[in-house]
Amino acid sequence: MANLAIVGQSVYRTDANPKVTGRALHVGNIEMPGMLHVAVLRSPYPHARIRHIDKSRAEALAGVAVVLTGAEIAKMPAVDAHFGPAFRDQPILAVEKVCYAGDPVVAVAAVDKRLAEDALQLVEVDYEPLPAVFDVLEAVTPESALVHEQHRPAKAFADLAHVQAGRQSNICYHFKLRTGDVERAFAEADRVFEDTFSSPAAQHVPMEPHVTLVYLDEHERLNVWTASQSPSYVRTELSATFGIPMNRIRVRVPYLGGGYGAKLYAKLEPLVTILALITKKPVRYALTREEEFLTITKHKVVTRIQTAIKDGTVTARKCEVYWDTGAYAEIGPRIGHKSGYTSAGPYRIPNVCIDSYCVYTNRVPAGAFRGFGVPQVIWAYDSQTDMIARAIGADPVEFRLKPALDEGEPFATGTIVRSFGIKEAIREAAQAIEWSKPRAAPSGTKSRGKGIAAGVKAVLTPSISGAIVILNADGTANVLSSTVEMGQGSETTMGQIVAEELGISLEQVHIVQPDTDATPYDTITAGSRSTYHMGNAARSAAAKIKAELCEVVAARLEVAADDLVAGKGRIFVRGMEERGMTVGEIFLAKFGSLGTTLAAEAVCQPAASHMDPETGQSEKCTEYWFPSATAAEVEVDTETGQVKVLQLVSVGDTGTSINPRHCEQQLLGAALTHLGLTLFEEMVFDEGQLVNGSLLDYQIASFKDMPESVRPIVVQVPHEDGPFGAKGAGETGALTVAPAIANAIEDAVGVRICDLPITAEKILRALTDKEGTAVSIGSTTS
Amino acid sequence: MKREITLRVNNKDEVIVIDDADTLLEVLRDRLKLWSVRESCGVGACGSCTVLLDGRPASSCFLLAARTTGHDIVTLEGLGDGAELHYIQEAFVSQRALQCAYCTPGFILSVKALLDETPEPSDEEIREYLAGNLCRCAGYADILRAVRVAQDKKKSLAFKE
Repeated sequence: MANLAIVGQSVYRTDANPKVTGRALHVGNIEMPGMLHVAVLRSPYPHARIRHIDKSRAEALAGVAVVLTGAEIAKMPAVDAHFGPAFRDQPILAVEKVCYAGDPVVAVAAVDKRLAEDALQLVEVDYEPLPAVFDVLEAVTPESALVHEQHRPAKAFADLAHVQAGRQSNICYHFKLRTGDVERAFAEADRVFEDTFSSPAAQHVPMEPHVTLVYLDEHERLNVWTASQSPSYVRTELSATFGIPMNRIRVRVPYLGGGYGAKLYAKLEPLVTILALITKKPVRYALTREEEFLTITKHKVVTRIQTAIKDGTVTARKCEVYWDTGAYAEIGPRIGHKSGYTSAGPYRIPNVCIDSYCVYTNRVPAGAFRGFGVPQVIWAYDSQTDMIARAIGADPVEFRLKPALDEGEPFATGTIVRSFGIKEAIREAAQAIEWSKPRAAPSGTKSRGKGIAAGVKAVLTPSISGAIVILNADGTANVLSSTVEMGQGSETTMGQIVAEELGISLEQVHIVQPDTDATPYDTITAGSRSTYHMGNAARSAAAKIKAELCEVVAARLEVAADDLVAGKGRIFVRGMEERGMTVGEIFLAKFGSLGTTLAAEAVCQPAASHMDPETGQSEKCTEYWFPSATAAEVEVDTETGQVKVLQLVSVGDTGTSINPRHCEQQLLGAALTHLGLTLFEEMVFDEGQLVNGSLLDYQIASFKDMPESVRPIVVQVPHEDGPFGAKGAGETGALTVAPAIANAIEDAVGVRICDLPITAEKILRALTDKEGTAVSIGSTTS
Repeated sequence: MKREITLRVNNKDEVIVIDDADTLLEVLRDRLKLWSVRESCGVGACGSCTVLLDGRPASSCFLLAARTTGHDIVTLEGLGDGAELHYIQEAFVSQRALQCAYCTPGFILSVKALLDETPEPSDEEIREYLAGNLCRCAGYADILRAVRVAQDKKKSLAFKE
């Protein structure tokens, strides 16, 4: 990419100063006069009918403004008691029945948090327990308890327009893909491999738990400050739920203390809104960590995968993917669809059959988690790919490289792949870990092994980002964008893109934080889509302004507008920097004054082609792809089953990097987070009750878990329609960590773990089974 | 029970009426509006609410405010002279050791205490010392480099004196 001033440079973050001084604004730091605090009573039962609620004693407590139940909400005219992005299945507060242990039942708003909690103690709820279902495979059987009697589609997003109203089943969404003749390929196969893989529910653990503040302003307009990754959606949802015109709702999002998918769609906003509407006071609800665990999770997934091998090549693959979406579907159907269609892998497989089921159970609702479900399907297909390679005596790296799709070949959906650096990623990973070098000999009880994993994610398509760029007469610019800065560095990236296009410096660009009164619609800040979508929108808007500037300069200097370029705050003739005008001079020429602005809006809205509901075939199912590879070296102690990851190399094709260091940081951060998810993270349930919902009991990766050697490698295969060739980077590093580690463990000690997390106990049990000796393992687990 | 106490926070005596049940975190945030101190886990397990108590890192969510009288409490607001960034903060900027940065104030204070206690820590000592501060963006490699840069800066400043 020639002649770029700032795109491609690893400039420092523009938000660094407020963040290292602790002055960055978070919702929890906003207070309003007379603000009320919220506490919520949650269901102790995973599935139960609410017989009666007595809240009179709580209401009598001085300082309590309101005690609210779902039954009262259901009686309110013009209020929809349920919300949700795919199905309107989630009650603001439980109506008639509760669907998981932790389901909000009664809310109190009071003058302080402790008083609100005290009031909850005075509420009595009489429940009638109902049969419940906790296992995703049991939930799909006809005998299973039903979580919901009916499914009501939400119609909030274009890509979910095909979601159907449901029948009497816990399956709320079923995606199908059929290509080739799978049955015949299996009949003609030399060998067939059939395996089942699972990955558990886990929590995002954003260091800032969910928090929302709602108040009515002097015009009685609804003002919402919320820790959300989707401000535009929150406004749409509140408008639909409460029947309030969109221009009477203002949603603002300051800096987010982490999201990772937990803060998508609506969470606390409907409840806090109704409390503010009732009390006419500002109301803030900040979740405790324990409540955070009961709010949203990563999908637990069970995948059955069958693969046919003929002459050493994969000829057919059949995948059944079961997504445990919990009590409310949230975005499960989108995940079942978008991740479902990738579940056979980035390979040339002529015959593919995929069934991806999104299934209700009586557990905590599941949503998106950095990778949108793709890490779970890659866990299955890459683990099995490695098992097959070892079983047929093929080199695992070559076994992946040979059938990996090249540019211009069709994916399983029939979509031709472009900007698809999967082979480059695999090669980089193999080289970085010195794959072909012989392994070190075991030392005592410790054996070392190496593993490679590869996979791909497709970006959510269709989706929409709008941006407005305002150029000021002094050459500075404001960018209005609803992309949320949640740590990924979007303010810096958008700043670089706009600065490049307008030929001004990064310091001259200010990114306005999401404010639905001013910033245009954006689908979500998630799915590695912002750099491409919002980046394109911001760049196009800036280009419109530049064109206007060039028009003025062309007329003044009597040159062709095509010969003009932007740089150093000026518009000048290409190659003749002295022949040009500053922004100020152009404004004077155009407006006769410096007291004005030039504004332009642009929208980036990539479309997808129709996907056949029976075959999953689509001419274009996605705008772009994220190829990922991870290489790991592990040391396994055969006496204890303990795994130590010695090396972790995360490789991702991000398209052209706008800021290479920040792309590396995204790859590595996602990879280290997933190292914890691979080795120990799991939400443990007992009969639907979460037993480890606190950071004392639920461990996430800390400094001690970081391998001695960690290395990100950015592969840059430019995308022809990306801003300056860029795609995205937020999730890529997450995709292939778990199978890389599992593959390395098999390489080290010859056992295969198919159920995440890979604990010492599971390895030791597998080692014991392999040796065929019964050994007590109780004392060696951790 | 309500009582009046004096807390020494960022080199200033603060006289406040508190409830016996108030944690130090609640008093620092809700009363003194020191927003750099962040609540996250509520059980002293994540380090987001770290303050320095007589120079040692402590989880303010797990301390009763009434028990901290007579101790010297420092929050990130009290680090450095307030006019310019402290060299540890500078190191976090130059090494890009921040993403969402909700954990950053706690990390910076823990690094301060670490370098005061152990001017030349080994990698192992750094990992051990900072294991109580969690970063879900998992920027640990960047933070490790920031500690090294801050360590060198501290040494050169000491040398000048």
